[in-house]
Amino acid sequence: MAPHKIVLRFTATTSDQPIIYHLVKDYDLVVNIVKAKINPHLEGTMVLDLDGERYEEGIQYLRDQGITVHPLTQEVVRNHDRCTSCGACTGHCPANAIYMERPSMEVQFNGDKCVVCLQCLKVCPVRAMEVRI
Amino acid sequence: MKPSNHPASPGQVLIPAEDFLLTDKRCVQWRNIQTSSVKKGFISCQGKEHEGRIKMGIERTYAEINARIKTGKAVVLTAEEVIGKVREQGLSKTAAEVDVVTTGTFGPMCSSGAFLNFGHSAPRIRMSKVWLNGVPAYTGIAAVDAYIGVTEIAEDDPTNSNYPGEFRYGGGHIIEDLVAGKPLKLEATSYGTDCYPRRDIETTITINDINEAILFNPRNAYQNYNCAVNLGDKTIYTYMGTLKPQLGNANYSTSGQLSPLMKDPNFSTIGIGTRIFLGGGTGYVVWNGTQHFPGWLKDGDGNIVGSAGGTLSVLGDLKQMKPQWLRGTSFQGYGVTLTVGLGIPIPILNEEILRYAALSDEELHAPVVDYSDGYPNRKPGNLGLVSYAQLKSGKITVQGKEVPTAPLSSYPKAREIAHTLKEWIQKGDFLLGEPVQLLPGPAAGLTGKVLENK
Repeated sequence: MAPHKIVLRFTATTSDQPIIYHLVKDYDLVVNIVKAKINPHLEGTMVLDLDGERYEEGIQYLRDQGITVHPLTQEVVRNHDRCTSCGACTGHCPANAIYMERPSMEVQFNGDKCVVCLQCLKVCPVRAMEVRI
Repeated sequence: MKPSNHPASPGQVLIPAEDFLLTDKRCVQWRNIQTSSVKKGFISCQGKEHEGRIKMGIERTYAEINARIKTGKAVVLTAEEVIGKVREQGLSKTAAEVDVVTTGTFGPMCSSGAFLNFGHSAPRIRMSKVWLNGVPAYTGIAAVDAYIGVTEIAEDDPTNSNYPGEFRYGGGHIIEDLVAGKPLKLEATSYGTDCYPRRDIETTITINDINEAILFNPRNAYQNYNCAVNLGDKTIYTYMGTLKPQLGNANYSTSGQLSPLMKDPNFSTIGIGTRIFLGGGTGYVVWNGTQHFPGWLKDGDGNIVGSAGGTLSVLGDLKQMKPQWLRGTSFQGYGVTLTVGLGIPIPILNEEILRYAALSDEELHAPVVDYSDGYPNRKPGNLGLVSYAQLKSGKITVQGKEVPTAPLSSYPKAREIAHTLKEWIQKGDFLLGEPVQLLPGPAAGLTGKVLENK
């Protein structure tokens, strides 16, 4: 089964705690931090790929700490009419969901591998990558 | 070139007169010439030097090619297809068969824009400021003429005040929207004159409502371009895209073996009046582009490994172009521009022209340039040359490090342009324009001037 993609929201009192350490150490979970951000009010947002046998226990631990947990429901889609297959995005996708097919040099997008980091939306020169909620 | 059976001095080969084409056709008295003098492009005849070149196999004229196009007999290959053909059967045989090679490129070209004439309102206005969808156009020309440049942005665009800026909409998008037939808000103001009393107007236009819309791009089709990297410690946002620190990625922006000016590096066929594919319609080369400094790219041993520096000034009626070939484009942290589809047919007038038109990605190179310090501070030099075959493979090696590559110019679209142009020519719809004057080539030795801060 593919890892769960989840969004965590930290308050100012939880954002400085070693939460991820405990997920790994105490619950033996495999963690991939896709995106992490702390705003000027010290509130944090983190997008995670999370996997492991004790996944449910790990989620309960997060909730017990006062961290809100939501499944990642955003989805990145490619507007085929706008995409020119230039390839500018291909160097920026951390999940290799966007890649160049060779030798045709056509850009391919595999939505299943997308971790919704939204990097492609920013680097696409013709704004062909869009986000759906 | 056939060796003559006339007696020759030691170390000299004589060439039949008919194989040497004189630039000055008035001298016809000589019979045989020395290869040593021919190599320099001159022959001696009765004490006078004459300019010319050796005839290399097949020779064609524009008139002959156009006659074949009109009867549907012209043999046309794309710049990609011709490479395999020459590898398979050699230069001479291919030159004897192929009349035209078509090229294509689809990349961001910032020196682009359109002249628009809006028609006159009642009462009339001499527009001194014009905005289209909030984006200013240049009006320092006649009453209701304006030039919308593709890098123009709205006056209230936050630009890089929220770094890196998004630059979502600008002149390039205006041109795409115009060509797509979308209505645009037109605002104009004026100081008012006796003959043009009106002081402001706000209305809506489409491309069909206005008199002329002429795409006029002062610098397009850059012959070659830098492969951009970042040697610095932070991500940078450039017109070559987002570059990750410490050689995190490398961006390049030409179609390599399909790129028009790399396939005619001597400017032997491209000149004023060359008919081209422009923005999905027909356009023309009207002059050299700005910063036109054509030259050769040489490796450390002085071998030619490509060409660089040439540019074109092109023009065409925007009303017959298509939005999928003129795309409003945004570079995060840099600005807006227009991605332009452009393709040029290269007439195979002789074998020499084919030799260049058949150059492949393996033989064409680009310089790797640092955009964290080298480029912005105009420091000379580069980080080495890489071939387009390497660039297209997805990784290059710079300073011993493997760096992933990505293009900013679409190779599939460039290929589609070359194929479209090929179809137009094969159908007899598109005749070649014989230049009334060729553009300066590498032999002209043009180089750039720099701006001194006096």
